[in-house]
Amino acid sequence: MPDTDRSSSNPFDRRTFLTRTAAGLSAAWLTSQWPAMVSAATHAHSAVANPAAAKFEFFKPEEAAEVEAIASRIIPSDETPGAKEAGVVYFIDRALVTFASDSQSAYREGLEEIRTILAEKFPGATKFSSAPPEQQDAVLEALSSDNQHMTASRRNRPNSPSQPFFETIRYHTIAGFLIDPDSGRRGNKDGVGWKVIGRENSHIFQAPFGDLDKNYPGWQPVDSEKK
Amino acid sequence: MTDDKARYQPSDEVDFVIIGSGAAGGILAKELSTNGFRVVVLEQGPYLTESDFSHDEIKILQEDLLTNHPKLQPNTFRKTPDEKAKPQRVLVYGRAVGGTSNHFTANFWRFHEIDFVERSKVGPIPGSTLVDWPITYADLEPYYTKVEWEVGVSGLEGASPFDPPRSKPYPMPPLPTKSNGVLFERAARKLGLHPFPAPMAILSQPRAGRSACVNCGFCLGFGCEVKAKSSSLASMIPLAEKTGRCEIRPNSYVHKIEIDSRGRAVGAVYFDSKKNVHLQKAKAVIVSANGAETPRLLLLSASKKFPDGLANSNGVVGRNLMLNSGGISLGVFDEQLNDYKGFAVSRILHDFYELDPQKVGFYGGGGLDARFDMTPVNFAAGAGLPPNTPRWGKKFKDAIAHNFTRTVEIFSHGTSLPKEDNSFSLDPDLKDAWGLPALRMTYKDHPDDIKLAKWLNEYGLQILDAAGAKQKWTYPIEEQQFAVHLLGTCRMGADPKTSVINSDHRTHDVKNLFLCDGSSFVTSGRGQPTLTIEALAFRAADRITALAKRGEISA
Ligand SMILES: Cc1cc2nc3c(=O)[nH]c(=O)nc-3n(C[C@H](O)[C@H](O)[C@H](O)COP(=O)(O)OP(=O)(O)OC[C@H]3O[C@@H](n4cnc5c(N)ncnc54)[C@H](O)[C@@H]3O)c2cc1C
Ligand code: SF4
Repeated sequence: MPDTDRSSSNPFDRRTFLTRTAAGLSAAWLTSQWPAMVSAATHAHSAVANPAAAKFEFFKPEEAAEVEAIASRIIPSDETPGAKEAGVVYFIDRALVTFASDSQSAYREGLEEIRTILAEKFPGATKFSSAPPEQQDAVLEALSSDNQHMTASRRNRPNSPSQPFFETIRYHTIAGFLIDPDSGRRGNKDGVGWKVIGRENSHIFQAPFGDLDKNYPGWQPVDSEKK
Repeated sequence: MTDDKARYQPSDEVDFVIIGSGAAGGILAKELSTNGFRVVVLEQGPYLTESDFSHDEIKILQEDLLTNHPKLQPNTFRKTPDEKAKPQRVLVYGRAVGGTSNHFTANFWRFHEIDFVERSKVGPIPGSTLVDWPITYADLEPYYTKVEWEVGVSGLEGASPFDPPRSKPYPMPPLPTKSNGVLFERAARKLGLHPFPAPMAILSQPRAGRSACVNCGFCLGFGCEVKAKSSSLASMIPLAEKTGRCEIRPNSYVHKIEIDSRGRAVGAVYFDSKKNVHLQKAKAVIVSANGAETPRLLLLSASKKFPDGLANSNGVVGRNLMLNSGGISLGVFDEQLNDYKGFAVSRILHDFYELDPQKVGFYGGGGLDARFDMTPVNFAAGAGLPPNTPRWGKKFKDAIAHNFTRTVEIFSHGTSLPKEDNSFSLDPDLKDAWGLPALRMTYKDHPDDIKLAKWLNEYGLQILDAAGAKQKWTYPIEEQQFAVHLLGTCRMGADPKTSVINSDHRTHDVKNLFLCDGSSFVTSGRGQPTLTIEALAFRAADRITALAKRGEISA
């Protein structure tokens, strides 16, 4: 039965935090963790709907087609959804008028560079999006940089402003694929990215979490383990 | 919002102005207002609440909703004092009411007895300014207990054979065991070690009107939406405000402590959100702005009377910076661990807390824990993947699809030896958005710290091996250039020539100026400093209250 009354007597209905709860979560557990008195004071994990009508705010349609084609080589669609199904191009489009507005020229110049590499490598080819996948990969190969090793600062703040274009679009593609689908950034449409990596689309979980803690008897002092 | 919250005018001379509302500042505000004093807390960041928090990785990690902002307050870095520092982000700290306690991981270890007396035990260490604390573990023990019960810590008494004595058990049982905790425990025991349930500043049961952890999975870096993480915001600030004597004033960026002709502090000068300047008058000033911003503020407060910065007649302010050494090793397993669910850490071990320098060839010690603290974007962007994983394309996608639910991190945290040249200071050229000199970090690890990090990291790999990891690797151990633990820069000490504050947290130079936060540390412990920061804050509140009641502050 559809839940029509959002302010029904069930205290949890008021919280969109719970619009997506993991399967098997017990209401008794939830109530015991989260007394109703807290629920009034704390907040709802607000689910911001992704706008239904797909409209671009920054890209021209030709540019969007190129960006979508690049993103689709970074996270391809195969048996499972890829960047295309997750709506990554819409995420990037929104990004370029919001948090990544200082990357606008990097995108314009980057797309230009990609066209140049494509034409040099494959005379006659003009559009990345209409090139065959092998050619597309060859272009990205030429554009991409070496593996960067991890440092504490890169781990904490992965996207640096002064990086090459490939790094920027790679980061944006990953973010558009795996961002919280409720963040209102038009990425990870319907949570498909999380599905691919096996993250349940919930913000509340109850133990046991995984294979090993399922049958774990609980912590015992070392001595009692000795036979 | 209730009406009985205190509101003061800047011209009202309150009893205390506290600068910073973080781990230490929140406790001081609650304790001093409860003790009957009139308190204004000036916090540079906004007053966010649970309803402003978010699991949007862009908002949190790219736009720094909760944290210091590199564009507004840029930093510079150099390794040694003879270099010119270059612009570079050197740190992350919380810049909002609640400070860094809002978004921290919440590992919550006590210091051990050794941490207060290392210098007497090991003797001098070349290249280090290591000294003993003027207080001992026994002095601080009642306050550790106070933090655990009042702020809220989950854990299991007696589970670690290496634990220092305690006067009371934990107020709550440990959080649930994660799969990585099970795997860590089994492997460590195979190696003859003593893993135990991690003490965490996260509620495992509802308490004081706050929720227990609901295992949301966005813990490190994020604010807790159900008040389960024991931040100052969730635990202390509401109690301070409830007294009706404490005003928390957000968006108030203090840039000078005002001093009168007698050399006494008269208040704090700050920019409001419109960049208008005010002086909040107070009988005494307490700085709890953290191990980076506290020394910076003292240096910014230089005047004719104090030309080298306030409380800095001996030049020690900003020096002896310690970040905690350590490393990260990772492994991939066949089992579906799903450690993205929940808080970060459920098992740790302290077998290596006091390594024997004769055996290992360096001084130091540390702890190891099993965790998973990576968010989906951060994980896939590179933090969680083996070094030779293709960075895009089908193989990349396959790797994130397989590994996200099967990866474990082993973190080590350990000693940083204090060095005179490791410091926070004012950059001579770069300015922040208010025109104030930017924070400059100078840091080069003591060679023993690097050796320790490598040693602990190797052990992390052994544990992953014993646990049956299918693949394992480590982040390279390099000299540190990025800080999250900010310690030692206004160290406590009995000797006014080599320290900035005495054991009452009072500056040696200015009678009514107190400093209490990570900057007060004398040694680094083995990582996870915040329980000690908070114990110090509870103790400082007692000392300051006693001084005030005896009329020894304003007289
Ligand atoms: C990502 C991360 C994870 C961490 N995990 C752990 C952990 O698991 N365990 C642990 O023990 N520690 C951890 N820490 C460290 C811990 O958070 C800090 O040690 C602790 O919060 C420091 O407390 P503090 O009182 O010294 O300062 P803070 O909590 O940083 O508070 C200082 C406050 O002062 C304000 N302020 C600064 N300058 C001014 C000014 N000029 N005017 C007005 N206000 C000002 C700041 O905005 C801030 O709110 C972590 C830190 C980070 C960044
Ligand atoms: S994991 Fe638990 S403590 Fe951490 S933010 Fe989520 S609910 Fe809060």
